[in-house]
Amino acid sequence: MSTLTKFSSIPYTGPAPTNRQPYVPVDAPAADARGAELKAELPESVAQEAGQDLPTLVVPKEDIVSVLGNLKSAGYNLPLDLWGVDYPRREQRFDVMYQLYSIDKNERVRLKVPVAEGEKVPTASGVFKGYDWYEREVFDMYGVRFDGHPNLRRILTHEMFQGHALRKDYDPGQRWLLSEKDISVLTPKVAPQFENVDTDFERVTLNLGPSHPATHGTLRIVVTLDGETIIGADTEIGYLHRCFEKMSETHTYQQVIPYTDRLNYCSAIINNVGYCLTVEKLLGIQAPERAQHIRLMLSEFMRIADHIICIGTNLVDMGALTNFWYLFQPREEILGLVESCCGARLLPSYLRIGGLALDAPADFLRNCQTLVDKLPKFIDEVERLVMRNRIFTDRVQGVGVISPADALSYGFTGPCLRACGIPFDVRKSNPYLGYETYDWQVPVAEGGDTYARFLVRFEEMRQSLRILQQAINRGLPAGPVMVDNPYVALPPKEKVYNEMESLIYHFKLIMHGIQPPVGETYFQVEGGNGEVGFYVVSDGTKNPYRVRVRPPCFPIFEAYAEMITGQTIPDAIAALGSLNIIAGELDH
Amino acid sequence: MPVKRIEHPESIIPRQVGVAPGEVAEKGLLTLPGESEREVEDLAGASYLTTRVDTLVNWARGNSLWPLPFGTACCAIEFMSMVSSHYDIARFGAEVVRFSPRQADLLIVAGTIVDKIAPVLKKIYEQMPEPKYVISMGACACSGGFYRAYHVVQGIDEIIPVDIWVPGCPPTPEGLMYGILKLAEKIKRGEIKRG
Repeated sequence: MSTLTKFSSIPYTGPAPTNRQPYVPVDAPAADARGAELKAELPESVAQEAGQDLPTLVVPKEDIVSVLGNLKSAGYNLPLDLWGVDYPRREQRFDVMYQLYSIDKNERVRLKVPVAEGEKVPTASGVFKGYDWYEREVFDMYGVRFDGHPNLRRILTHEMFQGHALRKDYDPGQRWLLSEKDISVLTPKVAPQFENVDTDFERVTLNLGPSHPATHGTLRIVVTLDGETIIGADTEIGYLHRCFEKMSETHTYQQVIPYTDRLNYCSAIINNVGYCLTVEKLLGIQAPERAQHIRLMLSEFMRIADHIICIGTNLVDMGALTNFWYLFQPREEILGLVESCCGARLLPSYLRIGGLALDAPADFLRNCQTLVDKLPKFIDEVERLVMRNRIFTDRVQGVGVISPADALSYGFTGPCLRACGIPFDVRKSNPYLGYETYDWQVPVAEGGDTYARFLVRFEEMRQSLRILQQAINRGLPAGPVMVDNPYVALPPKEKVYNEMESLIYHFKLIMHGIQPPVGETYFQVEGGNGEVGFYVVSDGTKNPYRVRVRPPCFPIFEAYAEMITGQTIPDAIAALGSLNIIAGELDH
Repeated sequence: MPVKRIEHPESIIPRQVGVAPGEVAEKGLLTLPGESEREVEDLAGASYLTTRVDTLVNWARGNSLWPLPFGTACCAIEFMSMVSSHYDIARFGAEVVRFSPRQADLLIVAGTIVDKIAPVLKKIYEQMPEPKYVISMGACACSGGFYRAYHVVQGIDEIIPVDIWVPGCPPTPEGLMYGILKLAEKIKRGEIKRG
């Protein structure tokens, strides 16, 4: 591998990007047409915002609950995300944004509610259960209050935090300290079905976490027990709130890539792919085929590694330590493959906007083939060990159940939704990186319990191997791994030393960064836990104006308290492991 | 070097008086660090026994650390790699992972510590019995890393004392192992005295 193969030899002849040029999405006409149709079915007061990548409607805050209700009955029944954007110079300074998805129609719609400082938005947590936590997050980050919200308190930052961190006038380095005596006591509400049940047991409130072996990170679960039955549960997050979104606003587009690595750190490359594809969409460029192919292959390997961690640690929590030791061996080899590409193991930051940092090594395909040959043995043996094991099945079947309707209402995606029998996979519904050209299936299980989630994860690893085998058979396309665009990719070092023009490009790119056109866009990929979406707003400068990540764990953990009510502590531990909550992603 | 015959078979540290331990000891069993030849000569008298117990205890402590992984983020995944089959920290006697601070003597802070969890970390450190050692694993725990942000503790030494800093984001399992070995060396040299 030499640095020269990284770049195309044909010089770039396209136009130079002029600063502050508006972003025109490719799919704008279709989105506008669909938006007009939707608008016709909704109240008069709803306006349409044309020229966006998704059908976008501007809704006055009084009507938002009824509009969401209408859209829900029209089939938009998966609440993907709710977030805020701050434009301090506008009179109505905040935009509260909603994104809904219809699985039947395979369509997305984005709603915007402009809100001024001090104004209240009616809560949508009655329409979609998942919006409860999202609204708390918007309140925490922007100070927008939601009228009628059952429990509007801070979610990501701590109790003593002052101000609202994602406002543009909040200093990114301003910290507030928390001492032990300030920590609030959580008392979970007893679930209605247990309120008037009288038993012989004393009721006990028990804290699990934030440092607990089963929480795999930093989650706090407080349960009220009646004997051994959990009759009320409450969860607290934010113990790993590392300010991803604020940090993105203070760094350039390329510098955000290492931060995206640390969202879901078990499958870091998938986050890289999501972010890079979003910014590439905004820039209107596409990475070369070779880069896309390597991206796809590493994504699938990372998905397998992610599921290995989930299955392995979940079994450890249930006392089956062998599988963990056993499964970590192939996982080390997957990480070794990533290391051979870029030198880093767990958090590689291998991707760049416009391609890859380096070309894959010459023996990449051979190593992939070795791994693909080796992995089925590990998967099969672990499956044989546990899936028909009476001790295991008794503990997981019918445990941690969530109904398909509830899963949709919370906004589940990924393996947890597919375990409820709903075949939604971003790789099938909105293919990217060429997933549509591969022959594979979306695994779906019935029941929505811990056992079903195990089944889905095992089968997904096999489907990933199927994709990988096809990708290996096709071989790596020849050519560069970085786009030929001096406004995105750094010129090769040899040229920088010897050519004036390249030196200028290099200087401009380092000092002024990538400057995408002004606008906003959203793009999604299928992460290890579900849809990982990035919403990026560009104001034409080198720093993103706003980066919003849609964390798939967030709604899943939100539902956890409801899932474990009525069960026992060991069941709760087994269910938690199968949800694969990754704190970095959950708390951003 | 040929191993000499053991002088006192009933003693757990068989050696000749006035001879440095490495020269007579069986290889791998009795290398007591921190004892030079001169020291041995000096200590060959009455005070010898006390020093020997200290050294012996430190030697034992250094070789059987019981870690409590305070894993919050990415580093915890690399910690898992280190304890599991491929890297296998059991080779160095630190494989007994305890999640209760009452049973551990080595706190490995693996991952970013944010302001919200800082009091919890402090409490866990206080709950650990003496002697206790702290390894700060990764850039975030050492200095806040590249999260120079409104909710992130800029290095855990703001809250608790640290014995070993392991750099990296995340450190490789080898890196963390090296940190643990360095800590063991420090303990055996008797450098860490607390409580």
